[in-house]
Amino acid sequence: MTQPPASDKASTPDAAAGLEFREATKAYPGQGQPAVDRLSLSVPAGEICVLVGPSGCGKTTAMRMVNRMIDLTSGDILIDGRSVKERGPAELRREIGYAIQQIGLFPHITVSENIATVPKLLGWKPDRIRDRVDELLELVSLDPTETRDRYPAQLSGGQRQRIGVARALAADPPLMLMDEPFGAIDPINRERLQNEFLRLQSEIRKTIVFVTHDIDEAIKMGDRIAILKKGGVLAQFAPPAELLMFPADKFVEDFVGADRALKRLALQRVRDVDLWTAPVVRVGEAVAEVRAKLADSDLRYPLLVDAEQRPLGWLSEEALRGERVQEVLRSPAEPLLDLDDVLRDALSDLLQHETQYGPVVDANGRVAGVLSVEILGQALQVEPEAVPSGADLATRS
Amino acid sequence: MSVPLAQVQLRDRSGDTGCVSNNGFCPDWIADNYQRYQDPLIEHIVLTLISVAIGFAIAFSLALLAHRRRWLAGPIVQVTGILYTLPSLAVFFLLLPLTGRGRTTAVIALVSYTLLIIFRNVRTGLDNVPAETRDAARGVGLTDRQLLWRVELPLALPEIMAGLRIATTTTVGLATLAFFAGAGGLGGEIFADVNFKSNVVVAGGLCVLLAAALDLLILLAQRLATPWARAAR
Repeated sequence: MTQPPASDKASTPDAAAGLEFREATKAYPGQGQPAVDRLSLSVPAGEICVLVGPSGCGKTTAMRMVNRMIDLTSGDILIDGRSVKERGPAELRREIGYAIQQIGLFPHITVSENIATVPKLLGWKPDRIRDRVDELLELVSLDPTETRDRYPAQLSGGQRQRIGVARALAADPPLMLMDEPFGAIDPINRERLQNEFLRLQSEIRKTIVFVTHDIDEAIKMGDRIAILKKGGVLAQFAPPAELLMFPADKFVEDFVGADRALKRLALQRVRDVDLWTAPVVRVGEAVAEVRAKLADSDLRYPLLVDAEQRPLGWLSEEALRGERVQEVLRSPAEPLLDLDDVLRDALSDLLQHETQYGPVVDANGRVAGVLSVEILGQALQVEPEAVPSGADLATRS
Repeated sequence: MSVPLAQVQLRDRSGDTGCVSNNGFCPDWIADNYQRYQDPLIEHIVLTLISVAIGFAIAFSLALLAHRRRWLAGPIVQVTGILYTLPSLAVFFLLLPLTGRGRTTAVIALVSYTLLIIFRNVRTGLDNVPAETRDAARGVGLTDRQLLWRVELPLALPEIMAGLRIATTTTVGLATLAFFAGAGGLGGEIFADVNFKSNVVVAGGLCVLLAAALDLLILLAQRLATPWARAAR
């Protein structure tokens, strides 16, 4: 579906691997319910599959079966069609990126040695390792000369998390496992790291199994989301928009939350919907022309703009009394919305300003149209296939 | 019991006067006689180093064994614990019929005291490796052996070295009794003229200095081996 980027010097992608769970089951002796119960799903190469669910739903167990940190009781897991059971655990793991919430950097070696762990195990030449380390540090937005020789204890939480991701990526694995990788980061930095990671993923296009308990993170990160319930039973496996519009059962509906309409709005940007044309006028324009513009528009009041097409405010009736438009505003041009805003934020802005609509501007501040609550209502009617995933969203901005 | 445990030769100080005949602390006498402590000191050092080295080799191996097979830890602690509590003089006695007088007997006794200390510290060090570090190491593809030698042991190094320090200082002290087993050392000098303050101060003082020096040396080695430990803020 999506082509890997043509030229990418950072990591000539080793072609991502397809992943398939076939009735994968983990049962611990002495426990009535299995931890993971006949889980079947397949993840297309290059996509992020999020495993999400309440604690005890077996999501981490399911992930850890992929690299044999936990062995399957029955069923199978195939990477590019090959069973994980055929491979020695250590050898298998070296081909699968692994990042966990607690990061688990090795405190006794430097950042570059940490990142070089797997390449060293694979017997890469020192030169190649050195280049790869610098390349990865840049990829995760860290300065190589400054970071390379530090010890993990000398870094901030966010930096450590980036190193953890860099270490997981070191040998350019076609598949990555990430267990709540941003779970221990404060909300502001978490958001930043999520966005950064999505941008990174748009370059490297790995197949990723991403575990989280946070449905918002799942919706944001996933191309596809698998919701698990207690006992390791798959409740639904679908792209985020579909999950939000058509929850399979009561459990999924409750889990995605009562605000699922709002969550869906978070998956679309203002530029994705058909905006109203703004009746823009300048001071001194003929009132007759303005009246004609208004007749064509969904709006009752004209929007005054300056010479650069930047909105100044909504004109009042009084402004149109004479022959030429005068500068008599009935309200300021607020809220001012941006084409890149997600619809949920735009709606929030409208509600906060107690208004039904607001002007939308492009990156240069010029009017691009008007967004109204009505348009937002229509956006929720769109078929889920037409709604991008969070991962797509981050890629395009 | 008439077994000659040690042959204490009382030193002849008949020609001396004043401070020396009063058993006092005499700097002049010390300055004239310090050479006589040289050989016992070297004996003492050798005794200590041999004992600690053997003790470390045994205790370290036992700790690695118990790290793999955890059920072994209990029995090992019990046995080394009993060895640790045996009075050293009694051990010398018990060993005499088996190993005779001399260094071997002393070393066996001294080694048995280091075992518990070193074993415990190695175990603690290995147990204190954070679970997430271990998980990440296995997750990126280290084998059990690689995990042990590349991650767990380096991280346990501060505690292993701490154990080594305690074992070494303890052994320096206990080795003063080694002369009862006929192994020489500074203990022989102390007991040769236990009433003479100058003698006791010099021989005892050398023991203390030796313990301090070895302790410092190991600490230094630890510092050099674990630059990362100081990096933590």
